[in-house]
Amino acid sequence: MLKVQSLNVSYGDLQILWDVSFEVKEGEIVVLLGGNGAGKSTSLKTISSLVKPMSGTVEFLGVKLNEVPSHKVIDYGLAHVPEGRRLFPDMSVEENLILGSLTSKARAKRKETLEWLYEMFPRLKERQKQPAGTLSGGEQQMAAIARGLMSLPKLVMFDEPSLGLAPIMVSEIFKIVEKVNQQGATVLLVEQNVHHTLAMCDRAYVLENGRIVLSGTGEEFLNNDHIKEAYLGI
Amino acid sequence: MEVFLQTLVAGVLKGGLYALIGIGMTLIMGVMGIINLAHGQFMMVAMYVTYTLFHFLGIDPYFTLLISMPSLFVLGILIQKYLLNPLMKVDSILPENQVLMTVGIAMVLTEIARFIFSSNYLSVKTSYSSSAFYVGGISFSVALTIAFGIALLLTFGLFWFLIKTDLGRSIRAVSQDGEAAELMGVDSEKIKMITMGIGAALVAAAGTLLLPIYYLFPDIGGPFTRKAFVITILGGLGSTVGAIFGGVTLGLAESFGATYIGMDFEDMVGLVIFLLVLLFIPGGFRRLTKV
Repeated sequence: MLKVQSLNVSYGDLQILWDVSFEVKEGEIVVLLGGNGAGKSTSLKTISSLVKPMSGTVEFLGVKLNEVPSHKVIDYGLAHVPEGRRLFPDMSVEENLILGSLTSKARAKRKETLEWLYEMFPRLKERQKQPAGTLSGGEQQMAAIARGLMSLPKLVMFDEPSLGLAPIMVSEIFKIVEKVNQQGATVLLVEQNVHHTLAMCDRAYVLENGRIVLSGTGEEFLNNDHIKEAYLGI
Repeated sequence: MEVFLQTLVAGVLKGGLYALIGIGMTLIMGVMGIINLAHGQFMMVAMYVTYTLFHFLGIDPYFTLLISMPSLFVLGILIQKYLLNPLMKVDSILPENQVLMTVGIAMVLTEIARFIFSSNYLSVKTSYSSSAFYVGGISFSVALTIAFGIALLLTFGLFWFLIKTDLGRSIRAVSQDGEAAELMGVDSEKIKMITMGIGAALVAAAGTLLLPIYYLFPDIGGPFTRKAFVITILGGLGSTVGAIFGGVTLGLAESFGATYIGMDFEDMVGLVIFLLVLLFIPGGFRRLTKV
């Protein structure tokens, strides 16, 4: 479904990604693991065409996304829930959600999608008129996920959805990610939270210093010595 | 008391027009993150459009709104597309340098106007230019009252557009988080062009509405750019509701200054208020209204 091939990305003179390749198949949950500064967010930004690669391609359902302007990416059914949630802080929760459904397909179903999401996130329904900037961290993350789902995506990319949340909220967010997957969307998840993600994913890749150093299924990873040492602290 | 009320009325009416000038600049400030120092010059261009239509075709100044606003909308879009957006694509150029570009645009517009119309003072005299009606002993200038009414309509229309339509929401989204807006499918470059167009069209309306009671010469843009700047700061940078307060405050300050201190001190009083606001409520009126 999504095929990333030998990406090289740099900001100015500083190269961030080195020959990064990975693949996400339809229906999967794929996790991209890595520490701070490993290039996880840059990978997602490159897929979303916010960052243009020096070389390499991003192919989604046969379309070369790296040749598409960033605001067109969502038209192909790819939603990006960005790091740090990036809601529009002065707008109400509902307006934030509405802004997730600007594509013509999503706009036609805006009302039903809103209802569906309010059912899935009752907390957001309670807060629909409240400015997004006044929500708690967990609620903001829910709003950001809901905003991403408003476009009725085929693939959703989550960039560290557990960042800065209380442990109880972290489990809830991961449950939501699984639910999104069960309801038919393919998931590409970027995380540092190894415990939770390896248990729920189909496959995983490890990114270190801008290079993919490992790939395999979640189970293989849980038994891998390098992973144990570097990420699980065992 | 009568003098006081009269001054108040004059100040509020003028303030409505100032609000229109300030809202345009505020929108541009919010979306582009820059102060448009050609704002008053946009107004000057619109005034010359109105003057030309009135003088050569005999069209009533208020009807020329239908031409001056769209022409400035297009001018704003072209300037954003070909002069300002390209500056952002070059990494080594600071975004702030767009401000310098607007200064250049202001100078070029002024000199073009001088080239075509010379430096002479021009005016548009209509039957209602100096007529007034009275309510309880207080006189309302007909032209200024009509101008205030249209300014009010345009302001409400703009707010409706910003709050209720997808395009309006996209404009607000870009001003709050441009990259997140891109992810939602908003073409931020297009939004910037449209915003510059709307800002220019609003200030064009103010210029056209002001012309029957004002005069016109090529350098009139400068003082109005300064006024727009003051209003934007008074309102708290980037707050459209604040800009309305800022506009009315400046109108009142000038009006009271002219009545109680002297005609020559009109502008000075406005600037003194500006300094006081900077000193005591540095966030502008946005700090008070929270909108």
